[in-house]
Amino acid sequence: MIEESIRPLLAILCPAIGSILIVLFRKRPNIRESWTMLAGIAQFLIIFSMVPLIIEGAIIKCTFFTAFPGVDFGFSVDAFGLIFAITSTFLWILVSSYSIGYMRSLKEHAQTRYYFCFAWAIFGAVGVALSGNLLTMFVFYEILTVSTYPLVAHDQTPEALFAGRKYLAYLLTAGVFFLAAVVFTYHFAGTTDFVTGGIPNLASEASRAALMALFALFLLGFMKAAWMPFHSWLPTAMVAPTPVSALLHAVAVVKAGVFGIVRVVCYIYGVDLMHELGLGLALACLATFTIIVANLFALVQDNLKRRLAYSTINQLSLIIFGVALLSPEGIEGAMMHIPFHGFMKITLFMCAGAIMVASGKKNISEMAGIGKKMPVTMITFSIGALGMCALPPTAGFVTHHLFVGGCEEAGGTMSFFPYILLIAAILDVMYFFPIIYTAFFEKSEGSSGSKSKIKEAPLFMLVPIAITATVSVIFFFYPDLFHISELVEIAVSSLGGVHP
Amino acid sequence: MLSVEHLPVLIVVISLLSAFTIFIAGWLNKRFCWFISFATILVQLVMAVFILHHVLTVGTIHYWLGGWSPPWGIEYVVDALNAYVLVILLFLALICVTYSKRSIAHELPYKIVPFYTVYQLLVTGLCGVTVTGDIFNMYVFIEIFSLSAYALIASRGKIALKASFTYLVLGSIGACFFLLGIGFLYSVTGTLNMHDLSLLLPPLYGNKIVLAAFGFFTVGLSIKMALFPLHTWLPDAHSFAPSEISAMLSGIIIEVSTYAFIRVCFSVYTLNFIKLLPIFDILCWIAAFGIIIGSVLAIAQYNLKRMLAYSSVSQMGYIMLAVGLSTSTHHALWGGLNPALMHILNHALMKGCLFLVAGAFIYKADLWNITDFTGLGRKMPYTCAAFVLAAISMIGVPPTVGFVSKLYIILASLEAGKFIFVAVMLLSSLLNLVYFWRVIEMLYMRREEGEEHSSSSKNEIPLSMLIPVLTLASLCIIVGVLWLTEIPIPILDQVNALFGLGRYATP
Repeated sequence: MIEESIRPLLAILCPAIGSILIVLFRKRPNIRESWTMLAGIAQFLIIFSMVPLIIEGAIIKCTFFTAFPGVDFGFSVDAFGLIFAITSTFLWILVSSYSIGYMRSLKEHAQTRYYFCFAWAIFGAVGVALSGNLLTMFVFYEILTVSTYPLVAHDQTPEALFAGRKYLAYLLTAGVFFLAAVVFTYHFAGTTDFVTGGIPNLASEASRAALMALFALFLLGFMKAAWMPFHSWLPTAMVAPTPVSALLHAVAVVKAGVFGIVRVVCYIYGVDLMHELGLGLALACLATFTIIVANLFALVQDNLKRRLAYSTINQLSLIIFGVALLSPEGIEGAMMHIPFHGFMKITLFMCAGAIMVASGKKNISEMAGIGKKMPVTMITFSIGALGMCALPPTAGFVTHHLFVGGCEEAGGTMSFFPYILLIAAILDVMYFFPIIYTAFFEKSEGSSGSKSKIKEAPLFMLVPIAITATVSVIFFFYPDLFHISELVEIAVSSLGGVHP
Repeated sequence: MLSVEHLPVLIVVISLLSAFTIFIAGWLNKRFCWFISFATILVQLVMAVFILHHVLTVGTIHYWLGGWSPPWGIEYVVDALNAYVLVILLFLALICVTYSKRSIAHELPYKIVPFYTVYQLLVTGLCGVTVTGDIFNMYVFIEIFSLSAYALIASRGKIALKASFTYLVLGSIGACFFLLGIGFLYSVTGTLNMHDLSLLLPPLYGNKIVLAAFGFFTVGLSIKMALFPLHTWLPDAHSFAPSEISAMLSGIIIEVSTYAFIRVCFSVYTLNFIKLLPIFDILCWIAAFGIIIGSVLAIAQYNLKRMLAYSSVSQMGYIMLAVGLSTSTHHALWGGLNPALMHILNHALMKGCLFLVAGAFIYKADLWNITDFTGLGRKMPYTCAAFVLAAISMIGVPPTVGFVSKLYIILASLEAGKFIFVAVMLLSSLLNLVYFWRVIEMLYMRREEGEEHSSSSKNEIPLSMLIPVLTLASLCIIVGVLWLTEIPIPILDQVNALFGLGRYATP
């Protein structure tokens, strides 16, 4: 069932119009920030209003024009795209509120530019989520890259400028590969539409070697997923203000990369073709390599945000791993981990930001005893950390359960992989629990003296943290919050069967 | 009754007359110059739009000068190709003349009268090359616009004189080659009319004189359009000319030379001749080298205008690569000359905008070097925003014009089966990223040392300069989307139909 509607367009327009209003009201910060919030809320409501139709099994289409024969420039909203869109837009509302607290507490400069670019980044991310073919996706993918550059280089220190340059160098190079991949796909198949189960004539039009090379191009194109060895832009980008790291480098930007990989695997190649080419195993090996190595890197980081960044790299590859299993449960886990990890990791990042605002501390070794002064922050941090380690009662457990189930379903070599996941989880524990231990149980130096200075971060920041942490727990008991699990099931049910 | 058939000659004649009027009126009052020039070009642009409309709806316009029928008299022939180029060239000329009002008054206050006189002659020459259907007449107009360009480049004096002299020497060699080519063809056919030539030449395609003539045309025009490795005159000329002239040089003059090349290849010689020799394959490779080397040289520049000039060398490579691929592609969208013609417009918009912005920096603060641009993003917000738009367009970020060109050329190379050019195009967009992002970073991100708060007040260029800049910048996006929607494709399609290229090719 195909439904024509302009709702995807409206959803996209919210941040675009918001950005213009942000610039117009640049002299009045309160009004400027309320536009950000309003745009976020409006966008979320519009996106969410599409859920009932999708659950009925419809696909919402919104076509603007035909760019090439077989390539319509436009949106096509399906269950999977909606999951990503819901996650990014809902978290945008929370992060907007958090940004207000963060940016004002630190008296950051160039706040108008910050909110302006943030809105355009969301524009890009939601565009990626809703786009109906590779070309449209590419357009928004590039907008996302360019609009986040000023956010990464926000500090304008030499270090931040370097990070910005590195960011662009990696991601626009990736964009070039992506473009090549799009063009070759079009050359072979004559279309770039996302088709459940893969583009039918792709296999017949291209040779095996060409398909494998094309897949490599796609992977290089989705460098935003920060798979190793092309990950180093992500830890460097952590010089950005924390809300940017939180929303963009834990959710919107990096997930756009992972989202793209899932799209290509399930909707361009299709599970059958992937299996036939043996690309599933290759992708799984790449992902597990990243999972383990990223965790090892994370162990030695002292800067909290950098440690979280490596944890993000690890978790992103977990999503790639899930889809690489090519079994329904694996893919289900992958799709579900996109919102779940989003909520958990954003909690962690926002906590890191809160600690920075409240105490000015960036390194874990300086955080001794901070749990007593900032109990709410550190408790929510612990919840997020539990989620990363896949322990109940958090959302992380649900998806890991699915991944293990997916491995068994896939069988063969794949049934060996749960052990690697176990090792990864142990490593997760090894670098998250020491933080919690330091924060709660170690005594800060000179604790008798001037300890009273540090207190909780402002409410603008604390409330979003509390919400995301609560949601991370709710997901464990009730995964259908925001209809996530229902949408995932719809998305997976149309993809294809189990592969022995 | 003035019918559209008369417009091609009027466009040239009123322009020429206006040049002399400016000269005389300038004696009375210097302020007349700009108004006359602006009004003339505006009228010409309107005429050009009428011509384009007429050509698309009714058909090719033939105008016999003095009523002498061709091949004895001079004939003006306007088909879809010239009409399209004519509109682009007059549009950019109008933009530049608008911009020049304040900037010339500031930069060359004692040379206003000669500036506008010569500028009008330049426009005359460009229009003449575009509308004519007679190859010797084309040579005459090429000389007119070249001579005006030499004068305009030299107008700042000092080092610009040297730049102009280099261009003069090389440009004259180019023009001589072109003339030699004409002479050779005349010696074997006895005619100068392009259409007549295309009828008389086919039996002579094996003739060495005809082949040599083609060689002369190619080399001569390659100098004029600064195709690598004959680009050496361009960086100096473009960087030392007044900025609106740089914009015209980069955005129009080298493009019009490309137009002349396309005309010679397909209207004088024909597709059958091109297919006899591997000329276009070689052209593709030369263009590909030009694309890469132009970009690499641009990275090495510190002077913004020089950097843009080298970038033009690379962009001419794009156009010539697209021309080179035109005979081997047959798709309705990216087949034939479509990508080349598309990039002629796109490059005019992007590079026009960039040079005008570079001029704005010089106008406001006499800043030439990229390293001096710190903090300009705050002082000149609109100008810098325009620069960013045009720059990301050059890099090829969607949905700008640069992206569309890149995409079409890539698709064309794929259809031609030349994967290496796909790689070249992609690599080039990365190189563009390197040298343009450097500037953007300077404009917005670098902190000024010590003077955090003192100089953050706005200091924009006057409105008459800002409007042209912003128009071009917004067109970079608007036209990009238009290309994607395929609305302007029928114009290009008619060109392909004329020459039997693209989907009109006979296998």
